[in-house]
Amino acid sequence: MPEEVRAHITGVVFQVVAQAGSKVAAGDPILILESMKMEIPVEAPRAGVVRSIPVAEGQTVQEGDVVAVLE
Amino acid sequence: MFRTVLVANRGEIALRVIRACRALGARSVAVYSEADAAAPHVRAADTAVPLGPAPAAQSYLAIDRVVEAARASGAEAIHPGYGFLSENWRFADACRVAGLVFIGPPAEVIRAMGEKTEARRRMAAAGVPILPGSDGPVASAADAGAIATDIGYPVMLKAASGGGGIGMALVADAGRLDASFAAAQRRARSAFGDPAVYVERALEAPRHVEVQVLGDEHGTLVHLHERDCSIQRRHQKLVEESPAPALPAPLRSRLHEAGLRAARAAGYRNAGTVEFLVEGDAFYFLEMNTRLQVEHPVTEEVTGLDIVQAQLRIAAGERLGFAQGDVRLRGAAIECRIYAEDAERGFLPSPGTITSLELPAGPGIRHECGVEAGSVVTVHYDPLLAKVIAGGADREQAIERLTAALDRYRIEGVRTTLPLHRRIMASRPFRDGHVHTRFLEREV
Repeated sequence: MPEEVRAHITGVVFQVVAQAGSKVAAGDPILILESMKMEIPVEAPRAGVVRSIPVAEGQTVQEGDVVAVLE
Repeated sequence: MFRTVLVANRGEIALRVIRACRALGARSVAVYSEADAAAPHVRAADTAVPLGPAPAAQSYLAIDRVVEAARASGAEAIHPGYGFLSENWRFADACRVAGLVFIGPPAEVIRAMGEKTEARRRMAAAGVPILPGSDGPVASAADAGAIATDIGYPVMLKAASGGGGIGMALVADAGRLDASFAAAQRRARSAFGDPAVYVERALEAPRHVEVQVLGDEHGTLVHLHERDCSIQRRHQKLVEESPAPALPAPLRSRLHEAGLRAARAAGYRNAGTVEFLVEGDAFYFLEMNTRLQVEHPVTEEVTGLDIVQAQLRIAAGERLGFAQGDVRLRGAAIECRIYAEDAERGFLPSPGTITSLELPAGPGIRHECGVEAGSVVTVHYDPLLAKVIAGGADREQAIERLTAALDRYRIEGVRTTLPLHRRIMASRPFRDGHVHTRFLEREV
């Protein structure tokens, strides 16, 4: 089952750490958001393979936006 | 005094500096990004100049744009506030080259104190105690490991071009050094544009005590006593007070003396702060902040001096006009920093729109507030919204007044640190003056 990973805060995508096809373990950072001078990682909620990352570095995302899809 | 001063900042500190300009009869020029066109500091100034898009790199951190704004508006001097360009020696130098007065210390002093290992060397040479650590930046995790084994774990990895506690990594034991070293380098590069890190012994739960200094261009240098800023999250301050509670008088005097010695060794002028870590009866130089501090109001409340006006007068070449013996402490003052952060969720940022705001008045209560109802709190800048400061005849009275003010303080629309401040003020360890840098993890 694919699972959508959502941003838990509003911020700017500072760094995309994983890429489509990456294997991740639960807790691995998928990307890092920057908000109010803080870097906040968005972590994989479970182990899996990253199917897609529909955001790019420099893009602003709102709390609740889908930033990655795991399968 | 200057006729026109440009204020190269935003939020509460821009308003604070504009107020000081007005009190001294100087015209103020605000600058603003596209995100801040409707901000209170833009309206408060006599004129305002747009800088560029919301990201700070294209507005408040763009040296050429800020210098051009000063030239275009006829400003003779620039006050940098804190953060942004305030500790950027290249900016101070660019001001000088453009024929503008940078309100702060000389560029070479900013540079020397900004290179943290150079600052450590200078302080050690001047007889100011420093923590054991590397002589300079370390090239590799292996070098860091050798030094850490020598001085003993835990150690702190710090950005050599950094400061303000940003990007520090605490390393508990040798097993975690490699990963921490790589992370510290990455953070140092992203925050300060320089990946160099150095090693320093970490103390278990020290207090953070700092000494405010003020020096003019005519050889007068005084301290304005100390502040305790131990209550922190992510090595960033939340609550500050003066005087430091439960600090023995001999230790207090030694700190003041070391603060002055450090400032003299740096060739310091204007307002600055020498930060120390205190553990038991010992203290160690942490860093020197070559600018106005966020927490300067607590010192103003207990000394009756206006530090921002003093900065302007010193930069204009005036004499300080008082000596050390004239600086008297009366009572106590405490400040709470109100951040747009959710303390219940690990201090995550909480951007949004402020729908309502109520600042309670009361005896001894002072507000420094950079927002109003309708303000949009964006992801682009520091989350500090406002500060509330209470002064009293003694610490107990200051706590009582601050508690009453916090109870009636209202900010709606974003989550803030207000609920946490109420809990801190009510906590027994805080009331007893038992503060240290791990206070939030252990006591609240």
